[in-house]
Amino acid sequence: MGHYLLRRLLIALPSLLGISLILFVLLALAPGDPFGELASNPNIPPEVREALRAKFGIDDPIFVRYLHWLAAMLHGDWGFSFASRIDVDRLILQRIPTTLYVVGSSQLLALAVALPVGVYAAMRPYSIFDQIANTFAFIGFSLPTFFTGLLLILIFSVNLGWLPFVYRADIDATGWHWYSEYLKQAIMPIAVLGLFQAASYTRYVRSAVLDVIKLDYVTTARSKGIGERKVIVKHVVRNALIPVVTLVALQMPSVFGGAIVTEQIFRIPGIGSLLISAILANDTPVIMAVTFVFACLVVLFNLIADILYGWLDPRISFR
Amino acid sequence: MNERELRDLISEVKAGRLSRRSFVQSMMAVGLTAPMAGMMLSQSGVAMAETALSYKPPKAGGGGPLKLLLWQAPTLLNPHFAVGTKDQEACRLFYEPLAGWDQDGNLVPILAAEIPNKENDGLAEDGLSVVWKLKKGVKWHDGTPFTADDVVFNWEYAKNPETAAVSIGSYKDVKLVEKIDDHTVRLTFAQPTPFWADAFVASYGLIIPKHLFADYAGGKSREAPSNLKPVGTGPYLFVDFKPGDTVLGKRNADYHQAGRPYFDTVELKGGGDAVSAARAVLQTGEYDYGWNMQVEDEILLKLENGGKGKVSIVPTGNIEFIALNVTDPSVEVDGERSSIKTKHPLFSDPAVREAINLLIDRASVQKFIYGRAGYATANFLNNPERFRSKNTKFEFNIEKANQILEAAGWKKGSDGIRAKDGKQLKFAFQTAINSPRQKNQAIIKQACQKAGIDVELKSVVGSVFFSSDTANPDTYSHFYCDAEMYQTTMPQADPQFFMNQFTSWEVATKENKWQGRNISRWQNKDYDDVFRQAQRELDAVKRAAMFIKLNDLVVGDHYILPEINRPRPTALKTGLVPHESGWDNDLWQIANWYRED
Repeated sequence: MGHYLLRRLLIALPSLLGISLILFVLLALAPGDPFGELASNPNIPPEVREALRAKFGIDDPIFVRYLHWLAAMLHGDWGFSFASRIDVDRLILQRIPTTLYVVGSSQLLALAVALPVGVYAAMRPYSIFDQIANTFAFIGFSLPTFFTGLLLILIFSVNLGWLPFVYRADIDATGWHWYSEYLKQAIMPIAVLGLFQAASYTRYVRSAVLDVIKLDYVTTARSKGIGERKVIVKHVVRNALIPVVTLVALQMPSVFGGAIVTEQIFRIPGIGSLLISAILANDTPVIMAVTFVFACLVVLFNLIADILYGWLDPRISFR
Repeated sequence: MNERELRDLISEVKAGRLSRRSFVQSMMAVGLTAPMAGMMLSQSGVAMAETALSYKPPKAGGGGPLKLLLWQAPTLLNPHFAVGTKDQEACRLFYEPLAGWDQDGNLVPILAAEIPNKENDGLAEDGLSVVWKLKKGVKWHDGTPFTADDVVFNWEYAKNPETAAVSIGSYKDVKLVEKIDDHTVRLTFAQPTPFWADAFVASYGLIIPKHLFADYAGGKSREAPSNLKPVGTGPYLFVDFKPGDTVLGKRNADYHQAGRPYFDTVELKGGGDAVSAARAVLQTGEYDYGWNMQVEDEILLKLENGGKGKVSIVPTGNIEFIALNVTDPSVEVDGERSSIKTKHPLFSDPAVREAINLLIDRASVQKFIYGRAGYATANFLNNPERFRSKNTKFEFNIEKANQILEAAGWKKGSDGIRAKDGKQLKFAFQTAINSPRQKNQAIIKQACQKAGIDVELKSVVGSVFFSSDTANPDTYSHFYCDAEMYQTTMPQADPQFFMNQFTSWEVATKENKWQGRNISRWQNKDYDDVFRQAQRELDAVKRAAMFIKLNDLVVGDHYILPEINRPRPTALKTGLVPHESGWDNDLWQIANWYRED
């Protein structure tokens, strides 16, 4: 096991290095520059822009810039944002709690809906319940989040006036009022993201359970007189979970990465909105840091998923 | 309009026969800014009007929270680094300049005790120095008194190229700023400076405290903790800042203007898009103020119907215009297209330029695309619908365009496209991607078709079009295209900055990495001469007459075709009184904002 882990981690290193090189070169070759806004302002002499470019090292050759970046990154220095002139790690840390809260809750909501619904639907395939669940699942993942988001805003904010649609990270209230305000403003984004995710999870859980439920060992368990509840929970779900675990594990990085579209609609100050505004402002160090952290998380969660397989199904061994 | 006519107008104002406001408006009609008009009046002995900003609350505080919504989020809170207006607006909550510009071009003192003029010995006869008297009893938020040392420090800080301040343009030509006593400073210029109200005034004039920034001038400017935690003299104390998201402030009980501010706390939220920001102010009333409502007028009108708020339109000097390329973009000379050594094969014929000018349906563009957020114009900076314009007027006339082209020898071929000497009247027309602009392109293409001109439309993503990337041929400054359309902004300052974009030494070329500001590459000896004179001219009226002449020279040659003047629309919740000005930031008078019942 330890040997396996070490080997996997060693393999991860070159792939992360490759990812960072590709990301960096892509960003450097992309058109646009962070000081474009200065160009159309007649009050700012072009020398200032030139000086800023030189100061922030944008005019150096790509490879030199990459080595600088890599060396700094190894020292734990993530660089600083051109747009706000503060360190990137501070910028990201500031955004993580909000993203974890909103996207994390939506993932929990998705699992809380998808697991029971999927399993129950698979237990009685083609029943009325299954048909309804399927219909809703199809509707759910056919509707993009920007559409459902706007729809919810229209219904709950504009027409009914129940919920605010501008998310505020700083709420000037204390005690229970603070919690209720925090909850109120998060209901819509969590629902939009959670139900969208739940729709596809439901389909996966249902088909995974259907595959397992017909197998001989389940029939054996039943014929031994084990209760239906125990059969499902202990024998069926545990084995059906393997593909679902892969799916959920691969979704986990996005909990940190935020949800770009939904964050933009509800003005949630999460990682996703940081990334999109950095892209629009050509703020390369921020884009680089966010995408690289994302890449690390994908590699990490792949590893975690592989380890979880072994726990769920001891036949899978680590070599 | 020449110098004499200007003097006549000014004496009318002096005698009280013409109101100050209509004088300013007729100056804008000939292409000047309101601040420029204000300077003219003050030099001619008409005092800057004491603008009475209405303010009704009986005492400071008690107004509850003020909630501002910007659809672009502020990313930093140091006014000397504030690139976009979003950052400048956020800085305005905490920092203040010596003075700001009001809607009518009056300089309004904020941290200054009075505006320098000849009577109070503030202005030197030779135009080489200005003396500012500072308001007494002003304290920084941490209790330290505000003095002349702070003002001097801001000049040292901003002019240092190591600091990399974007405000450097306003300070680098000031030779010396010296402290006369604790509340008086003198600015000495390197050369006679007719427009002296630039340093320490309006958005680039916000003053930061010396005692907190002194250790961080120059190369270490980025490390100052106060970049993120402003300590200013303004009406609100800093509470919290999340870059790219929110700025929070609370009322400064020790503020130097008695009885202000009215609101107890202020929240400035950023991000999202313009339409939903308009919705949050006009339809649901979640916010009090919505910044820069770049939303189609149709939608705004619909949202206003709810009755929760209204859109306020503030005139500015921003102009959407079309530039015809003077040079030939299809020929490469010394590794550079659109080289000034070439001539455009079609546009070098004045008849073609005149015809194209007649084919721009400015009235329809205003009516169907911009609505209240655009005034059709034939001048740089003018509102012809409301103000008399003597020099240029716009016309949309397909028939006349056809006649002109016919007379100049451009005959229609079998495909309906005119041609002369084997050259077809076909050109490519580019702009940035932005839905009103694409509609605008289509309107022009249609009209041109009717006159036998074939226009090929091209749209480039804004971040590429406006970038300074020297390697990308699609930027507006490379201008590797026959015609292009974009907006040029005229900030608060002197027209001199603005008008240098047509001087021959500013031509964008490969040699200056396309950093030159003259993008159409239009060159004119008369223009250069008059511009040089205007740079030295100290008499504000003579100088104004020169700028009017410059404007006429550019527009009269039909290479530059002004189209729409874009005022600044903001969304306001019913009852909010914000004292906006198109020559300064929206929040320039944030201390005097209040809410009426």
